[in-house]
Amino acid sequence: MARVLLFGPLRDLAGWRVRDIDVESLAALKAQLAAEDPTLGEALLAPGVQCAVDQVLVRGDVALSPVTEVGFLPPMSGG
Amino acid sequence: MDVIEVRLTATQLDPGHLLNAFQAGRLETGAVVSFTGLARAEGGQVEALELEAYPGFTEAEITRMAAEVAARHGLHGLLVVHRVGMITPGETIVFVGAAAAHRRAAFDGADQMMDYLKSRAPFWKKSHDAAGGRWIEPRPEDYQDAARWDAPAPLYRSDPP
Repeated sequence: MARVLLFGPLRDLAGWRVRDIDVESLAALKAQLAAEDPTLGEALLAPGVQCAVDQVLVRGDVALSPVTEVGFLPPMSGG
Repeated sequence: MDVIEVRLTATQLDPGHLLNAFQAGRLETGAVVSFTGLARAEGGQVEALELEAYPGFTEAEITRMAAEVAARHGLHGLLVVHRVGMITPGETIVFVGAAAAHRRAAFDGADQMMDYLKSRAPFWKKSHDAAGGRWIEPRPEDYQDAARWDAPAPLYRSDPP
């Protein structure tokens, strides 16, 4: 299971900010989110969207332990 | 005092106070540069800016970058204070202070830190106006500004060959 966090426009697009989802890998998580909500699924694959697993940026697929936190991070803008 | 300090806050910032506290007691520092970023009203259109962070991750990422910036420019101190939550026009969004022995390092340190914060730090910014809300992405020049620092630091002209 993973605690999934959406930030910025992804949160508005999906209509939620935090959910616990029972999956074993990042790829499976993306597939499940896309199956539930194709618009969100497509948005998560956009080139500017990064992914942090337990607050570390990752590329590609990774296994998710039962207490993993996954953050989907759209293009960033501060200041 | 620590060289690096990074804080996020949901309460209003007082840049004068931050600057005075940052430069107090520095006996070997010859230059302090500060930058204050304010929320703009955009001709009265914008009612508020909403700044979202990823608690824990955002502070850690900024701290990691601040350490890089401080090392690159040989800073004595680097302070980053960033607002989160709802910010109304005229309020301070961000304060950066850079302290160094000489001015060029302090200017460059503050410059690089701000370039990072604008387009690479984990913040998401939403502009609220009468028509609703709109997420703001960095402008092309913001990305170009940040990329200026991707190359290794050049030798200063005054450095010996």
